[in-house]
Amino acid sequence: MAEQKKVATRDSYGKALAELGKEHEDLVVLDADLAGATKTVTFKKAFPDRHFDCGIAEANMVCVAAGMSTTGLVPFASTFAMFAAGRAFEQIRNSIGYPHLNVKIGATHGGISVGEDGASHQCCEDFALMRSIPGMTVICPADGVEAEAAVKAAYEYQGPVYLRFGRLAVPVFHEEGMKFEIGKGEILRDGSDVAIIANGLLVYEAIKAGEILKEMGINAMIINMATIKPLDEELVLKAAEKCGKVITCEEHSVIGGLGEAVCSLLCEKLPTPVRRIGVNDRFGCSGPAAELLEKYGLTANHIVEVAKDFCGK
Amino acid sequence: MNQTEKKQLEIQACKVRMDIVKSVHSAKAGHPGGSLSAADVFTYLYFKEMNIDPANPKKADRDRFVLSKGHTAPGLYAALAHRGYFPVEDLLTLRHTNSYLQGHPNMNTVPGIDMSTGSLGQGLSAAAGMALAAKHQNKDFRVYALMGDGEIQEGQIWEACMLASHYHLDNLCAIVDNNGLQIDGNVADVMSPYPIVDKLEAFGFHVMQIDAHDFDQIEAAFNEARSVKGQPSAIVMKSTKGKGVSYMENQAGWHGKAPNDAELAQALEELNAHLAELEGK
Repeated sequence: MAEQKKVATRDSYGKALAELGKEHEDLVVLDADLAGATKTVTFKKAFPDRHFDCGIAEANMVCVAAGMSTTGLVPFASTFAMFAAGRAFEQIRNSIGYPHLNVKIGATHGGISVGEDGASHQCCEDFALMRSIPGMTVICPADGVEAEAAVKAAYEYQGPVYLRFGRLAVPVFHEEGMKFEIGKGEILRDGSDVAIIANGLLVYEAIKAGEILKEMGINAMIINMATIKPLDEELVLKAAEKCGKVITCEEHSVIGGLGEAVCSLLCEKLPTPVRRIGVNDRFGCSGPAAELLEKYGLTANHIVEVAKDFCGK
Repeated sequence: MNQTEKKQLEIQACKVRMDIVKSVHSAKAGHPGGSLSAADVFTYLYFKEMNIDPANPKKADRDRFVLSKGHTAPGLYAALAHRGYFPVEDLLTLRHTNSYLQGHPNMNTVPGIDMSTGSLGQGLSAAAGMALAAKHQNKDFRVYALMGDGEIQEGQIWEACMLASHYHLDNLCAIVDNNGLQIDGNVADVMSPYPIVDKLEAFGFHVMQIDAHDFDQIEAAFNEARSVKGQPSAIVMKSTKGKGVSYMENQAGWHGKAPNDAELAQALEELNAHLAELEGK
């Protein structure tokens, strides 16, 4: 595969906010002393009077965003995934989720590809935490183009949305101008031997794995499931029915994320063998992102190994 | 305020207190102590201070109130019902299955509730967010938040104070119900929040200290708060937990317990006697 343009989805988040800000006066952005890292600084430069730094106080920021939303503003509250879904979990649950307020949580630095900062900053539990809140929408886009489209879709949607973005620049494979539909998965490659359902940076790895598997005579269906909740149940069931085997891939703990969402659905509606690829109930560690993805088995090659074994090849 | 107006507020507050004990008795659970200590300020806010319209609870330019100490919902619900937001008789459905009067305030089910609260420490942040939004949109509504003196042990309260001061939220008025008691005993013994006034001043608030049960002092403090520019205000009200019901007064045990039938009868007898006295009967 030819070398592709790479973009970190956090950069796309900042860019999308700045674009949306031009058309929508009601959009405001909150940050917790991380504007440079979450990339809300892009919005801040364009609209300084609509960017509110809350200091290093994420719990407060989340509830301030909740209060602002009650007056009709559409706040995007931003910090690292660890401090949004993690530290401010209960504030998100009680002050945003329970009243179902129109607040968007823009969480960057999800997963172990945060790299050198290590385990304290590598949130692999956010899908699990956010999925558990009634009425919460949880999205993890696969590349820069999809990230921008997802931010715009989240703005248009009425209600709380958790958006997870990455720190690492990852290949862009979507066409510019794509439309993001919340709750709809995307078939990137049709196949019949095994369905590989991925999100985030694992989607591109799954696409690469699909090509390698084809050479081996395994015809894999590749699905981008950017919305973890609400899950596109129809598509998961269709893929499971057609392929009879499902592999899930996510830069998240195998506990509580996309893998478990898929398993829960299938075991109730269409029992199908599943293999889950993710972080296997361990903490991350320091190191360059690419090496960590290798170490934790979040690569095309690992997906290929699992698929080969699963398909008995 | 003149004597007639003051008496009317006292009468109203007494009726709010009766409905607090009646609704908590009906629920067989709830928090009478802190509801009673704040009954006068609930009454003053909804009958005198705030720009509100019970017929149009969501009107855009209304003043907002956030009950950060959400467990004292029975007091707020009683004030709202008497102000005309919903029928007074509905108060007896408090905490019942399928009632819209949830144990802690739910902004989506109760007319007049501006923010869902209950988990201590979060309401002041939401109120600050509303005040910040008002400033940002050049709207002139004011925002009030009531906290408990135990609640301010939550660190998030001080994060919110920092933000309110940093953004010069002079449209925000924080109120601390200083009844001195929390579930485990005296706030000073459990985890002292004192000196409350010095702390709030250090965080950039204009702070006033009043007697929570004196409407003249309540009025003076809210008027002063409205005149303060460039910084948020705080009213630290010295109150009596369980105020108005003799056996509940200053008893930590009545923080979160419902009166039984005999206790309800005694509470109502005392409050009725007080009401008759106020009405000059």
